[in-house]
Amino acid sequence: MTAHAFTLCSTPLRALPSGALHILGEAALCVSDLHLGKSDRIARLGGGLLPPYEARETLTRLEADILATRARQVICLGDSFDDLAAQSSLGQDERLWLARLQAGRRWVWIEGNHDPGPVELGGSHLAELALGGLIFRHIAVEGAAGEVSGHYHPKHRIRGTARPAFLYDKSRLILPAYGTYTGGLSSGEPALSALFKKPAMAVLTGTKAIPVPF
Amino acid sequence: MTALPTAFSDWFAARGWQVHPHQREMLDRAGEAALMLIAPTGGGKTLAGFLPTLAELVAAPSEGLHTLYISPLKALASDIRRNLLVPISEMGLPIRVEDRTGDTSATAKKRQRVDPPHILLTTPESLALLTSYEDAPRMFAGLSRVIIDEIHALAESKRGDQLMLALSRLEAMAPGLRRVGLSATVEDPPALAALMARGGAPCPVLLADPGPDPDIATLRTEAPPPWSGGGGRYAIAEILEEVKRHRTTLIFHNTRAQAEIFFHHLWLANSDDLPIGIHHGSLSREQRDAVEKAMTEGQLRAVVCTGSLDLGIDWGNVDLVIQVGAPKNVKRLIQRIGRANHRYNAPSKALLVPANRFEVVECVAALEAARSHHLDGDPRGTGPLDVLCQHLLIRACAGPFDEMELFCEVRSVGAYAGLSRAAFDDCLAFCATGGYALKAYDRWQRLVQRPDGLWQLRDPRAAQRIRMNIGTIQDTDTLKVRLRGAGKPLGEVEESFAATLSAGDTFLIGGQIVRYEGLKEMTVEVSRSASKKPRVAVFQGTKFATSTQLADRILEMFRQGSWPALPDHTAAWLSLQRELSQLPARDRVLVESFPHDGLAHTCVYGFAGRNAQQTLGLLLTRRMETSGLNPLGFVSTDYATLIWGLDRVEDPAPLLRAEGLREGLDDWLKGNAVMKRTFRGAATIAGLIERNLPQARKSGRQATFSSDILYDTLRKYEPDHLLMRITETEALRGLVDFGRIEEFLARTEGRIDHIKLERVSPLAAPMLLEVGKVPIAGEGRERLLAREAEALMAEAGLDGL
Repeated sequence: MTAHAFTLCSTPLRALPSGALHILGEAALCVSDLHLGKSDRIARLGGGLLPPYEARETLTRLEADILATRARQVICLGDSFDDLAAQSSLGQDERLWLARLQAGRRWVWIEGNHDPGPVELGGSHLAELALGGLIFRHIAVEGAAGEVSGHYHPKHRIRGTARPAFLYDKSRLILPAYGTYTGGLSSGEPALSALFKKPAMAVLTGTKAIPVPF
Repeated sequence: MTALPTAFSDWFAARGWQVHPHQREMLDRAGEAALMLIAPTGGGKTLAGFLPTLAELVAAPSEGLHTLYISPLKALASDIRRNLLVPISEMGLPIRVEDRTGDTSATAKKRQRVDPPHILLTTPESLALLTSYEDAPRMFAGLSRVIIDEIHALAESKRGDQLMLALSRLEAMAPGLRRVGLSATVEDPPALAALMARGGAPCPVLLADPGPDPDIATLRTEAPPPWSGGGGRYAIAEILEEVKRHRTTLIFHNTRAQAEIFFHHLWLANSDDLPIGIHHGSLSREQRDAVEKAMTEGQLRAVVCTGSLDLGIDWGNVDLVIQVGAPKNVKRLIQRIGRANHRYNAPSKALLVPANRFEVVECVAALEAARSHHLDGDPRGTGPLDVLCQHLLIRACAGPFDEMELFCEVRSVGAYAGLSRAAFDDCLAFCATGGYALKAYDRWQRLVQRPDGLWQLRDPRAAQRIRMNIGTIQDTDTLKVRLRGAGKPLGEVEESFAATLSAGDTFLIGGQIVRYEGLKEMTVEVSRSASKKPRVAVFQGTKFATSTQLADRILEMFRQGSWPALPDHTAAWLSLQRELSQLPARDRVLVESFPHDGLAHTCVYGFAGRNAQQTLGLLLTRRMETSGLNPLGFVSTDYATLIWGLDRVEDPAPLLRAEGLREGLDDWLKGNAVMKRTFRGAATIAGLIERNLPQARKSGRQATFSSDILYDTLRKYEPDHLLMRITETEALRGLVDFGRIEEFLARTEGRIDHIKLERVSPLAAPMLLEVGKVPIAGEGRERLLAREAEALMAEAGLDGL
């Protein structure tokens, strides 16, 4: 695993190739937009019956990252569930799995626009969290400094290849979506690019974290 | 026997027309349960199909729907309506004719269901939609005849399978329904007829007099065609001369992009301001309508077009067809030529304009084949299961159904006659629960079985979503293009093309050059531009594969010492190839290696047909990946596969070794973009992925995610799922064609000629411009990305923030 190391407002961070953020000084791992239960929600609304393996796949990757970074704290940066009802759709296996990951760790569910209510699955539920000199919230706020957020599912393209990507400048960082069934928004979209001042960086996820100017 | 009513004979006589023998015979045999007419374009085929209906409605006026006419094109349906209305109004017949397509207004559609006309003209998709309504049985109860026009075109795709399934539904609602198929010249009429007949019943074939042989030639030009590239720009002066000499000329291109470039340059050269239009599937409906109208009214001297004009639309004044680019397929050439001189017994006139020198060879081979009446075609497979899944969902929309009844109904369709109960059950399980080993959707099944055993939708509101996604035409995601401010749609471009644009870029659409301004609510906003050098928008366009028959003819031509049948420039080009490298031969493998654009290129000439060459590309790149040659991608034609990568191929022999070639093929195939593309199609048709959602797409794409993710998930957790099996079957049939690779390796028996060159060879040059490149996601790509990223970082003077 080749991560990209950088600092945001003097806090040393590592962008992992999986799309998770490692906050070294706090032994914390931050992931955004898991969108667990998305396939269940689509089915409930009468749409297609997607392969029901997304929660497993997402948790498999999350567990690997937690173990590799030896994280003592896990921050889920909002939209962890595709909607509030999607929580109850989690199977018994996935619930136990989550409980196992939570055991002995501080677990924070940041509130997202998809999952505004409290979570029944252990851990604490917060609107935002201050940690290691940074502020963690779901949606970026104008003028914020030292802010880590998610929500936009950024993607960045080089040489015709677009991948989920971290985007950051001197004052803020936006995480890519970590959930298996998630799409992305191009880093060039004004909604996203307007949030950053040059010089800014994009870190493509994949087998290695690839940093490029953005 | 149905008599020709006097009103008809009088009307024919008043126009100095005679009833053709095949029209007479269609009338005589109107009672047949199924009947297929094969007639050349211009032979009054459509009228032959309608005569029995008109005669019956005059003899015994009735209320309600009598005849359903289905055509592959919307434009054809409205064209036929105009043509039918002429005799009906002139004879004062009490017959109502209406069309119903995606373009018909919602009010008109609603009224048609309550009060259907005598004759309804529609498309396979609109028909499938009609059968999904609960009131369908009432609408179709009195249906007496179904006419399927241009059935040869439909039978080539899943649209034909969907149509035949819909026919089985109509049959259930209107037993005794008579089926009539109208087809252009095809290679195997009985096979086509068998597809159409109900449950293995006979379907006699009527062959009309094919008329005089067409007058086809290659256009002579001052300048030789270029070595590579498409588009035929070099021939513009001569083509304009031909346009001036004729009343109306159709100029066919193989792709939309080529049609756009050609049209642009034609206008620049059109000093006489001849009225010339452009027509292709990516243009907005308004634009296409305007061109079609102007064409029908005889206001245009020429139309630059693609396959969107391919079918039997009545083009009245067309007296010349020009085909730019090799026709790729002899059958299609003959059918296209039918456009010219749309009068029976006058030979149609056509000119071929090869776009590059390889195509000169192809055109000569195609002309020989056409003159010797050798048509080509591929055998059809069995009915695809993704289309069946969609059919089951459509059936559920119409109301509760019994699975056994539906199974029997489906088996009455020719292509599904061999469908096993197990395969049917898999499709039903997929529609109901997703068909996964993990039972996750107990509460949210799409279809549920009631206590009485009938199946129905769990949530009746799902019907709307299913209806919105009916159809089997696969289009890539496209974005509308609009002029900023004016709000006038110009057409569409592929999303992947739009993603590469940055503000200020110029591109061609609808024959004009526009400047990209930005993306607004999923619409590409552009302004007019005075730029001279635009990029070309990427359109999916239809890309035809050259038939293997043509490939064999070409290989035969290569053996000649000289080529008197070819123009000098092309003969010289082949001689040059022979001099610098060599010409491919049947019993040897020619491999050429050369650097190009900073990457190592290797070209393997297998002449195994496009699909097999594609598979060969997958197999060779897999072996190259394992031997550390870092392949980045490849492209295939019917003749060759061109691979590019970071490292040079020094010895192709181990790459082409026959033994072990198939091992690991499955694994490599399954991780490949070709499979993912196939999966995307199957998953969309089967109803797993919805192209259209009830609420309009919001700006930004966070909500949707790539079908590749679903493919990868299934591959990991449930590789034997129905959709994976459908994908594999389709890829093996359509894309893999492994048998022909084995045949190619057997006939060449390791006799490899590896020619190392300093630059691209004459024969390989056209390959560099081929579309349909397949990227390889391997170590080479990762290295290239890393290299690119480092360069960008260095350029920006950054090594972090």
